[in-house]
Amino acid sequence: MVKSVTNLGRTGAYDWLMQRVSAVVLALYTLFLTGFVLGSSDLDYAQWAGLFDQMWMRIFSLLALISLGIHSWVGLWTVTTDYIKPTALRFVIQAGCGLIMFIYLVWGVEILWGL
Amino acid sequence: MLVSLYRYNPETDNVPYMQDVEVELPEGKDLMVLDVLHMIKEDDVSVAFRRSCREGVCGSDGMNINGMNRLACVTPVSEVVKNNKLVLRPLPGLPVVRDLVVDMSIFYQQYERIQPYLINDNPEPAIERLQSPEDREKLDGLYECILCACCSTACPSFWWNPDKFVGPAGLLQAYRFLADSRDTATAERLDNLDDPFSVFRCRGIMNCVSVCPKGLNPTRAIGHIRTMLMQRTT
Repeated sequence: MVKSVTNLGRTGAYDWLMQRVSAVVLALYTLFLTGFVLGSSDLDYAQWAGLFDQMWMRIFSLLALISLGIHSWVGLWTVTTDYIKPTALRFVIQAGCGLIMFIYLVWGVEILWGL
Repeated sequence: MLVSLYRYNPETDNVPYMQDVEVELPEGKDLMVLDVLHMIKEDDVSVAFRRSCREGVCGSDGMNINGMNRLACVTPVSEVVKNNKLVLRPLPGLPVVRDLVVDMSIFYQQYERIQPYLINDNPEPAIERLQSPEDREKLDGLYECILCACCSTACPSFWWNPDKFVGPAGLLQAYRFLADSRDTATAERLDNLDDPFSVFRCRGIMNCVSVCPKGLNPTRAIGHIRTMLMQRTT
């Protein structure tokens, strides 16, 4: 058993599952948005704002935003533990990634509910 | 044929180097790469490599042949030679002891970690622990591993984290005992594997499958372990 405190969950199975679940959410969100953009002829601001004005779309967007954070954390954590061997440097980069994700999340919430 | 041979003797060389040796192959005969190494060693006894059974059973002569990990004793020259050239290097990712001989300690440590033996707390029966033909069949494709390390040393995940990721060879054996109907330590074995490195550092690159000289499929075994871990935690 290898001990680790910087990964997302406490077990490998949890990280593996969360990476896949978040990937499904992101795929659905991307497909939906692409479909919406392609499906609406002469898309204007009113239509776009109208879409994001609905509660289900805000929840869906927030879910996608959180999934993005989870997905990128698991991915970047894997990449940094593979390639960055000095512990201090790896920790600083991982902390930086976490901070950026947190800022994006708060910023995203601000945008979604501020429209 | 030109053989480019990786040479390194830590007692005399500061850095490893490639030595070119011209080898005269006999007409009408397809030699194995190990035979070529023996021909070279007849002229230069300082060339070091491991070998034992010379028929793909002992797993001693795993090496990197023209860029691919293989067993020298069962690899025909005709199958690997390119432009009349053969490049022989030690297995990648492990410390070199000398020439083609690598230090496999970390590989064996990972093997030891998965407890590669039957654990059964029940009292021993008078003759033997029986298994149905169906249960025995589940071990096919798992028990045949000869621990040559061709797979683990072809795996980038093992290169980057050989101290944490068990590697394809160790995980194939881990599943061999997880799948054994006579083994009673399944939960304990899974506990020891359920961290982000031991099993889950496998990214499904599948180099292990393409190099295994015995035609085994460690990636599939790793998938089975992952399923077992998921089933008990979700």
